[in-house]
Amino acid sequence: MPTSPELAAVWLTLKLAALSMAILMVLGGPLAWWLSRTSWRGKVVVEALIALPLVLPPTVLGFYLLLMLGPNGAIGGTLEALGLRHLAFSFTGLVIGSVFYSLPFAVQPLQSAFQAIGNRPLEAAATMRAGPVDRFFTVALPLARRGIITAASLSFAHTLGEFGVVLMIGGNIPGKTQTLSILIYDQTEAMQFGSAHMLSASLLGFSFLLLLGVYAMNRRFPVGLK
Amino acid sequence: MSLGVDIKANWPGFALNAAFTAPADRASALFGASGAGKSTILRAIAGLDKNITGRVEVGGEIWQDENIYCPPHKREIGYVFQDSALLPHLSVRGNLEYAQKRVAPASRRVKFGDAVDFLALGNLLMRFPDTLSGGEKQRAAIARALLTSPKLLLLDEPLSALDAGAKARILPLLQKLRREFAIPLIYVSHSIDEVARITSHMVLLANGAVLTTGPTAKILTALDQPLAHADDAGAVVDGMITAHDEKWRLSTVSFSGGRIFVPLVKLALNEPVRLRIRARDVSLALEHHGDTSILNILPVKVRKVQETGPSQSMVALDACGTALLARITHKSRDHLGLVPGKELFAQVKAVSLLV
Repeated sequence: MPTSPELAAVWLTLKLAALSMAILMVLGGPLAWWLSRTSWRGKVVVEALIALPLVLPPTVLGFYLLLMLGPNGAIGGTLEALGLRHLAFSFTGLVIGSVFYSLPFAVQPLQSAFQAIGNRPLEAAATMRAGPVDRFFTVALPLARRGIITAASLSFAHTLGEFGVVLMIGGNIPGKTQTLSILIYDQTEAMQFGSAHMLSASLLGFSFLLLLGVYAMNRRFPVGLK
Repeated sequence: MSLGVDIKANWPGFALNAAFTAPADRASALFGASGAGKSTILRAIAGLDKNITGRVEVGGEIWQDENIYCPPHKREIGYVFQDSALLPHLSVRGNLEYAQKRVAPASRRVKFGDAVDFLALGNLLMRFPDTLSGGEKQRAAIARALLTSPKLLLLDEPLSALDAGAKARILPLLQKLRREFAIPLIYVSHSIDEVARITSHMVLLANGAVLTTGPTAKILTALDQPLAHADDAGAVVDGMITAHDEKWRLSTVSFSGGRIFVPLVKLALNEPVRLRIRARDVSLALEHHGDTSILNILPVKVRKVQETGPSQSMVALDACGTALLARITHKSRDHLGLVPGKELFAQVKAVSLLV
């Protein structure tokens, strides 16, 4: 049976993934919407920046975030100056890292879903007196639901499996910043293969089920909805 | 109430520079070949293209000029797209309600039930757009546009994507629509038949510019305009039903130029009707022959004669204020000695009653 460090890690990981996903959907939604509608030339720069975590070693991302969030960094230092605590090795730091790390997994499916809607339904809504915000909520979001489900699931699943960024920013503090993937690493290092195996298998099974759900859902809302 | 448009657009391979005014209290057509700029103008009236500069004014209200750009959702229009553009995630009812909900209750002039009945959507309300035929979609789209209680209803070739059967079903509805709901409309089309049925005013466009504007009946028969030389060129005649003859199963339509018999129709006396008389169905005679099978013979005066093909001429006729066209051969023209001012008789072989 998993003892308390395991349970703590599972809880922490789920909390981290859920919170990151929520933040990503709230921030990534409008960002993806803007990217899908704008004809601004600088858009490619934004797109490239968002895609960076796909190719960058997580340790690089983690390294810079650690510098920024730490006591001498731009953000951490400011917080310290305000009498608050810096964010290195904290859960908040982990959430910030995860949001950056999973950003492309949220923004890219959303952006392509918004683009697939095309102009026509939005124009039709505009001729029915629907303003821009109204159109976003009553036309764009419902028509992009397939992309929204994909974005939410992928960003959740991707955060579950995150390792490098967490290790760099979070350290390895049980109950505070020790996520599942790090605990598995620890246990393997300590030759506790049984426990590592059980956690790994659970993560494998859960991730598979999650993705299975996504793909099954996508079959039910076929492309015809665009 | 009138519509004033003076707009410019410049895109690679297409320039538009169109200025016209049209009465916005009846049905007007934007007519022209594809690429003439009709849809672009309609989109400018709706405010759907921000790249179009210029001025759009409806009934004294400025929707766009150098300083003002009223966004589309603040313009009191209804818009019927060529491809219907129903919102795919909503049922037919959902689509209609989407339109109606966004109009303040006090400004709702079209009742939900009236729009549904008029377009016969009663059995389709629960259906989703991807299960509808082209004609059903377009009927729903028209009802949806009506439910925005618009000041101006804009229709962008609403029938062009439909098969003949669906067209024949919707065309009479469009014809009745303006009278039924008292909503002025702008109708974009490249079909003479549709424009002749639906509109009373037209703006003729070619290559992004306005050729002419005026009453539909006049432009369809103006020999200096291309429509009077089209294959199915012809006149439209507004009249009213004045008699029914049960014995011979004929109805009489009276207009300024006389009377015309049509096959018996179930319409009340004094009901206004529109006739279309094609140029190829009109022949000319110097004398009023009693011994002919042709029933409809009208005294007319030649307005103008113009060659329209290697062997054929188009004759513009005046039947006491109503314009008619006749297509005859050069040979007959010279044989009859047709010159402007000459009085003779037009024999009308066929008439379509546009009800």
